[in-house]
Amino acid sequence: MTLPPSDDGARGEGARVAAKTPRPGAGTGASASAEVEMRGIVKHFPGVRANDGIDLTVAPGEIHALMGENGAGKSTLMSILYGMQRPDAGTILIGGREVSFTSPTQAIAAGLGMVHQGFKLFPSLSVTDNVVYGREPRRRGLIDRAAARRKVAELSERFGLGVDPGAPVAELPVGVRQRVEILKLLYRDARVLILDEPTAVLTPAETGALFDVLRGLAAHDRTVLIVTHKLREVMALSDNVTVLRDGRVAARLRTAATTPAEIAEAMTGRAIELDRRYPAGAIGGPVLEVTGLTVRGEGRPLVDRVSCTVRAGEVVGIAGVAGNGQTELIEALVGLRPPDGGRVTVDGRDVTDAPVAARRAAGLAYVPEDRAEVGSAPDASIGDNLAMGFHRAEPLTVRGLLRPAAVRAHARRLIGEFGVKAGDPADPVSTLSGGNHQKVILGREMAHDARLLVVEQPTRGVDIGSIQNIHARLIGYRDAGHAILLVSAELSEIIGLSDRILVMSEGRIATELDRGEADERRLGLAMAGAAEGPA
Amino acid sequence: MPIDAELLASALRALTPILLAALGGALCQRAGVFNISLEGMMLVGCFSAVTGSWFTGSAWLGVLVAVAATTAFSLVLAVGSVSLKADAIVLGVAMNLLAVGLTAFLLRTVFGVQGAFSDPELKGLGAVGLPGLDDVPYVGDVLGGQSPLVYLSWVAVAVAAVFLSRHAWGLRLRGVGERPDAALSLGVSVTKYQYAAVLASGTLCGLAGAQLALGNVTLFSENMTSGRGWIAVVAVMLGRAAPVGVLLAALLFGIVEALGFRLQGQGLPQQAADAAPYLVTLVALFLSTARRRARRASAPADEHAAPQPASLG
Repeated sequence: MTLPPSDDGARGEGARVAAKTPRPGAGTGASASAEVEMRGIVKHFPGVRANDGIDLTVAPGEIHALMGENGAGKSTLMSILYGMQRPDAGTILIGGREVSFTSPTQAIAAGLGMVHQGFKLFPSLSVTDNVVYGREPRRRGLIDRAAARRKVAELSERFGLGVDPGAPVAELPVGVRQRVEILKLLYRDARVLILDEPTAVLTPAETGALFDVLRGLAAHDRTVLIVTHKLREVMALSDNVTVLRDGRVAARLRTAATTPAEIAEAMTGRAIELDRRYPAGAIGGPVLEVTGLTVRGEGRPLVDRVSCTVRAGEVVGIAGVAGNGQTELIEALVGLRPPDGGRVTVDGRDVTDAPVAARRAAGLAYVPEDRAEVGSAPDASIGDNLAMGFHRAEPLTVRGLLRPAAVRAHARRLIGEFGVKAGDPADPVSTLSGGNHQKVILGREMAHDARLLVVEQPTRGVDIGSIQNIHARLIGYRDAGHAILLVSAELSEIIGLSDRILVMSEGRIATELDRGEADERRLGLAMAGAAEGPA
Repeated sequence: MPIDAELLASALRALTPILLAALGGALCQRAGVFNISLEGMMLVGCFSAVTGSWFTGSAWLGVLVAVAATTAFSLVLAVGSVSLKADAIVLGVAMNLLAVGLTAFLLRTVFGVQGAFSDPELKGLGAVGLPGLDDVPYVGDVLGGQSPLVYLSWVAVAVAAVFLSRHAWGLRLRGVGERPDAALSLGVSVTKYQYAAVLASGTLCGLAGAQLALGNVTLFSENMTSGRGWIAVVAVMLGRAAPVGVLLAALLFGIVEALGFRLQGQGLPQQAADAAPYLVTLVALFLSTARRRARRASAPADEHAAPQPASLG
């Protein structure tokens, strides 16, 4: 299944690739035509071979995806390319010339640029100031703001970024902030743009817009290297894929000639069933009943008279473009935000205005979207995080004092049950990978055996192997007779798991779809507001 | 009580040390260093100004010595909090305590006196006139006849304001304070800018001390800053670390101090007059916090921080 790297891009690929004009000087042998070439990169960390002889070749004007699960070595390889770390062995060529970077500054000077996962922007400064920062045009000793603004506007125009140079960054939505990051690279004449998990924080619409921008960059002869583990996006965007596993190259694939299943298999080393649709559950009586729930913010309702029911043995999925009231609805349900009207009952008990502890006692468990800050105490140990919520009662607490031995035993039991890959329960939970961190929170919340589980973005930032595992656990929990309310930005997740789907738009439930009726097209249309009317 | 020219002139004198120190504090704040050692730095400035003036016989050389000594003293904060990553609060408290003890000790060893040193021979800064302004009625009475450092402090406000908003280094300094990792990723040295800000605050505190010890009065007494550095710290907060904001905050404190002094002359107990600036500090802090809270409550919830997905690879 391993193909050679696309050597000249003209081997009958898609029209887009063939249409690209080769750079001057291209075509004089494989290595001279490569924009980025990494050969035999080796990097050891104590106890780990993060990179074990990796070769990566990216042609000019190409969109190349670097894939792999957490821990496969993608980050290490990119930080070596970008001069943040030194390789133990191997050579790097940029535009055919051998380089050896000791700092990102040198990498930038050589024409590389990276958009980091957490944006590196100054929220209080304007777009222009953010872009020119560190390389300001000057006139008579002071910053020439007019020239800076012109240059930024011109770049934004040329590459179709649509960013207002004068806007303060703090007021921009995430998708636009990302384009400011891209502007920063273009302003510094980057020929190779490296994007680290660029869609992790984007809504589906923003993702589409980003892809258009990246295609435009490639058409302008910029090389794009995108680091990701999202198969769908790789298929939609890239020309070629390099898949890493355990520090080695598992596959080099031409996107046009591969399938998501093949990539997933290369990533995990085993056959993976993608986008599995689970069978329907055995539905019982209502557990969560919401009537006319309203949450106001600044006059306009964020949640507008929402009514819904989640029954035992049922997964109800909430879909919608981010910012249409899903977050506020969940916050009101779990007690993090007071509702302005309506009624919420859990298992027949009215918890509309109840504090969080009373809701939990009534049978509610919650896996929040922000697992690092809301779902867990990142600096506390895995054991302590698993004990949270169990800490008031026996066996963890006896006569008002926590029993450390009981806390440890509790942690070990849950770690075992949920297959968390953790060294020591005393390690901080923040040392875990995304998937394992999520398993800790999911395991803790499921262990409460609450009648209702509210789950937000259960697999965001989680690798494919863990996604499957988490989905199976959620379905198992449902089949044990629990009710699950699921909020997710991943359409395939919503469709695969839900027995019923509610689409939120402007704070209301715009559409309700049964499991049989839902497919990505219909769901996408409903989310975009071009709904086919209430089903 | 009428707000007369004499009161305003005395307010200007009173606010100058606070203003100079607060400008230094504002630069540090903008660069991301929380500088609470303004009090100690200013005290070091007072002592070194008097020492310099006494031994050289020139008030201006005294100012120079104050600037040099206080800038050197601020190096403790720079090395400690920037290079060694020590807690700036703990370090600042230590520096403030050190300054009180050190200046009292040196007062004894250098001048052989306790409590205070003053001498008719000690040269103060005196007053300079502003040509053309002195003759304007009222305005001349308020603005004219001040120590040169008073005028310098106004220039410093303007320079700092332009520097921060229009100069490349000012932009970089603000960026360093707001998101050091972002500044670093663009090749801007966080360490360099934070050092520069701390040392500049040392220089400005040196000037503040010189104004206090050679301008407002001509003497040194133990702990003579008596909380002015702390008020400068508050002025930085109230003024949101913007030069003009800091000027307004310092103006408020200057007027209160001058007013307290005047009321004392009319029978107000001295303790009440001394407490006035701190009372105003509390009220001002309370009001500004309440206002900020109200604003935050009405602001759209756009600060919904993007979730940090797990790191890859």
